[in-house]
Amino acid sequence: MSRNDVLVSADWAQEHLGAPGTVFVEVDEDTSAYDKGHLEGAVKLDWKTDLQDPLRRDFVDREQFEQLMSAKGIANDDTVVLYGGNNNWFAAYAYWYFKLYGHAAVKLLDGGRKKWELDSRPLSTDVVERPGTQYRAAEPDTSIRAFRDEVVAAIGQQNLVDVRSPDEFAGKLVAPAHLPQEGAQRPGHIPSAVNVPWSKAANEDGTFKSDDELRTLYEDAGLDTGKDTIAYCRIGERSSHTWFVLRELLGHPNVKNYDGSWTEYGSLVGVPIEKGA
Amino acid sequence: MCGAPKQGGALKGVDLDTQTVIQGQVWHDGAPVAGAYVRLLDGTDEFTAEVVTSPEGEFRFFAAPGTWKIRSLAPVGRGERVLGADVGLNETTVVIP
Repeated sequence: MSRNDVLVSADWAQEHLGAPGTVFVEVDEDTSAYDKGHLEGAVKLDWKTDLQDPLRRDFVDREQFEQLMSAKGIANDDTVVLYGGNNNWFAAYAYWYFKLYGHAAVKLLDGGRKKWELDSRPLSTDVVERPGTQYRAAEPDTSIRAFRDEVVAAIGQQNLVDVRSPDEFAGKLVAPAHLPQEGAQRPGHIPSAVNVPWSKAANEDGTFKSDDELRTLYEDAGLDTGKDTIAYCRIGERSSHTWFVLRELLGHPNVKNYDGSWTEYGSLVGVPIEKGA
Repeated sequence: MCGAPKQGGALKGVDLDTQTVIQGQVWHDGAPVAGAYVRLLDGTDEFTAEVVTSPEGEFRFFAAPGTWKIRSLAPVGRGERVLGADVGLNETTVVIP
């Protein structure tokens, strides 16, 4: 796995808009961004209504994922290029999700929607209709998803990477600062976790830093490459961004995303919590 | 949840007795800038949050009391402002020169 297998540049994307066998997918929480203008031919996925179970806290199951892909006109042999707002947080989350359900060819658009807009590249408001498919998903690959019990067991044993901002890690904030401060019952972080904010892996225009810069970043943070790694944030989308960096860009073998993240951990009864930097 | 809520508008439902709200507009060339990227950096210049301005150029953050830097990035350029925030409403303007 190398950078070219998992990332495409904005130039590449612009040259491949409408190319057969390539589907651009915009993933946002606020899909009004897509409605105001999207990459030509791109379909949209709503992080919450399309990808989350409407009742339980979990994502859609295999069958629901198959229905979603089929309805969006995405086939098993299509190359899916994901992009979105929030520096690709939700696109990275969807990337992880496509991998979880075994999609072969998935890539992220480096810089996502932000770089595209800052470059003043063309956006379209045309309605996109793709013919339906008969999508088949694999059983979820839980080797890339961590659940709460293994997170508790990983304390002091594996690399735990808290990718939230320093103030969230320290327990001063319980949510990112563009949101009302509510969420988990208790602020703080998982003991033995290192704090490497997701943003340190990205340039200001939303593109990923170079492999060398990324390697140095996690080495300096004390990540032990001989150990397995679990990344977490508040609800699992920023940690998907870091999961992407560690596993897909840097090629670390065993990296899991803990999508329960702080909203689950910080509300669990009896688990250890640390505060402060 | 972690996405970008609508920027600007009324503060209905926001408890200004407990929340530290930083809000304002991005301006360039005598007019508000819609669709600008605005990021909130903490006292160590570390990224804390980012939003996209509303059609009226508005942004809003929910922070904590302290010193913050607001940096705006748009196709027309970039602007920056440092401010101290307290509990309640903190209003500011970021100008892209």
